[in-house]
Amino acid sequence: MSWQWFHRLGSPRWFYQKSSAWLPWLGAAALLLLTVGIVWGLGFAPEDAKQGNSYRIIYIHVPAAFLALAGYYIMAISGAIGLIWKMKLSFVVMRAAAPIGAVLTFVALFTGAVWGKPTWGTYWVWDARITSMLILFFLYLGVMALSGAFSREQSGDKASALLALVGTVNIPIIYKSVDWWFTLHQPATLKLTEASTIDPSMFYPLITMIAGFYLFYAWVLTLHTRALILQREWRTQWVRELMGTSSAARG
Amino acid sequence: MMEFQFDSLAGFLAMNGHGPYVWAAYGVALLAMAALVLVPTLRQKALRAEIARRVRQEEARRRAAQGARATHTAPELAD
Amino acid sequence: MPGQGGARRAVRFSRLPGFLTLLRTEFILAARRRADIVNPLLFFVTVLAMMPLGIGPEPEMLARMAPGLIWVMALLATLLSQESLFRNDYEDGSLEQLALQSQPLYFPVLAKVLVHWLVTGLPLALLSPLLGMMLNLGAAGYWPLFVSLVLGTASLSLIGGVGAALTVALRRPGLLLALIIMPLYVPVLIFGTGTVQAALDGYSFGPQLAILGAILATAAALAPLASAGAIRISLEN
Repeated sequence: MSWQWFHRLGSPRWFYQKSSAWLPWLGAAALLLLTVGIVWGLGFAPEDAKQGNSYRIIYIHVPAAFLALAGYYIMAISGAIGLIWKMKLSFVVMRAAAPIGAVLTFVALFTGAVWGKPTWGTYWVWDARITSMLILFFLYLGVMALSGAFSREQSGDKASALLALVGTVNIPIIYKSVDWWFTLHQPATLKLTEASTIDPSMFYPLITMIAGFYLFYAWVLTLHTRALILQREWRTQWVRELMGTSSAARG
Repeated sequence: MMEFQFDSLAGFLAMNGHGPYVWAAYGVALLAMAALVLVPTLRQKALRAEIARRVRQEEARRRAAQGARATHTAPELAD
Repeated sequence: MPGQGGARRAVRFSRLPGFLTLLRTEFILAARRRADIVNPLLFFVTVLAMMPLGIGPEPEMLARMAPGLIWVMALLATLLSQESLFRNDYEDGSLEQLALQSQPLYFPVLAKVLVHWLVTGLPLALLSPLLGMMLNLGAAGYWPLFVSLVLGTASLSLIGGVGAALTVALRRPGLLLALIIMPLYVPVLIFGTGTVQAALDGYSFGPQLAILGAILATAAALAPLASAGAIRISLEN
């Protein structure tokens, strides 16, 4: 059947062996783009007329926030694939995505807070976007805590996948409600820089950073997934053979 | 169009008074990202070592058992 | 199981008496566990009585904070009572019996959640005017507070049921349950307090109530399905 590729995709062994080949390239590309983006954003992009140099935090803040949100969907979709097609690999990817997403959400929150101090005069504002990010952070922590609470691995996989899916249904509702709540409680003067009016000389480094973060995410997700695969599959024959060839002792 | 925006390294570090904020944000973000790379890499390394150790142990045990059974064929196990 | 025929499900739908029997059984069971009903209410009242001691007795300040305080406490009280939603049935094996039957778990779950709401959410809503009075809530706020709590706590029970089902196989789920469910409560909390605030500010609170109703309808359709799936996962553990 032509579905074979799909099932091969679900095999941890296939993924582990294939990813060994492209992992260094992925890492190199991510680091290259990030370095270019950071140097460009920190040193060569012009100063913002209103915010001064503090706006340079945007080059980390916005990509981190992008990936924090996208990461939740990646986690939930892999969980759903695992639940529907019972694929081992997709549960591993889901578990690997949870801590990465949580860290990126934390980065987005932290950089946002530090950016807020010179811009708004305070570290924390209950702004719609910040509040949504905070709730996203809690959602990630919930998935992580639940997946770790089960003694049986498969139950933890399925339960946290289901929770991630429930969270996915909720995210748009949470975002809309927080947005509405914010317009109710705050005057509309506290606005971040509108991304649509950003000058090209500031925008290109931002695009570079966003691309770099996507590659970085793919790289780190692969790294975490590989470590988890080894941890789960160490009893299997293929892992033993893999290790056996490296230790080179055969009778 | 592309030129360095600061006249000196000190100016670059100070960022017109916004230095602490910018550098704190970048520092923490880069630290967190480095951790995202290092944690699975080190874990992978530790796991590989652990699995290799177990594989070797089992192999040695199997060989010892084989050696006990076949007492007269020893030369190939000499390594 | 998701793979069951639509025809069989259609038959189930026509069996409203069956659902009513389920409901009655659940209600009798709930009535036997008085503490599970009374404790969340006591918690709700006690903590709200602590609030003026913590933040000061100025009537204006209390009046401003009253909608939020009452709503947050209702949320916590619902959350605390949620842990026992499926626990007894899990421990005595009747949850497994239910799951083994050929009919979908949707209706038994819905019945349990409905009874949970009848014995916690509804009494909370009924108590709310009293607490509103103690916290100096404006007169315009009583009715919207009550209605928003009636609609909102039903959603809370439904959403929390998913968390209760996910954690029923764990030995001490208390804090974990709170951690995974709290973020999902956010929209209900926002529109619940929004209803009261709009009324206090002299606006129409119809739109907020409509949204609470929409959340409730969505939750009633989807949450029992998710809970049913979660119960099957927990039973495998």
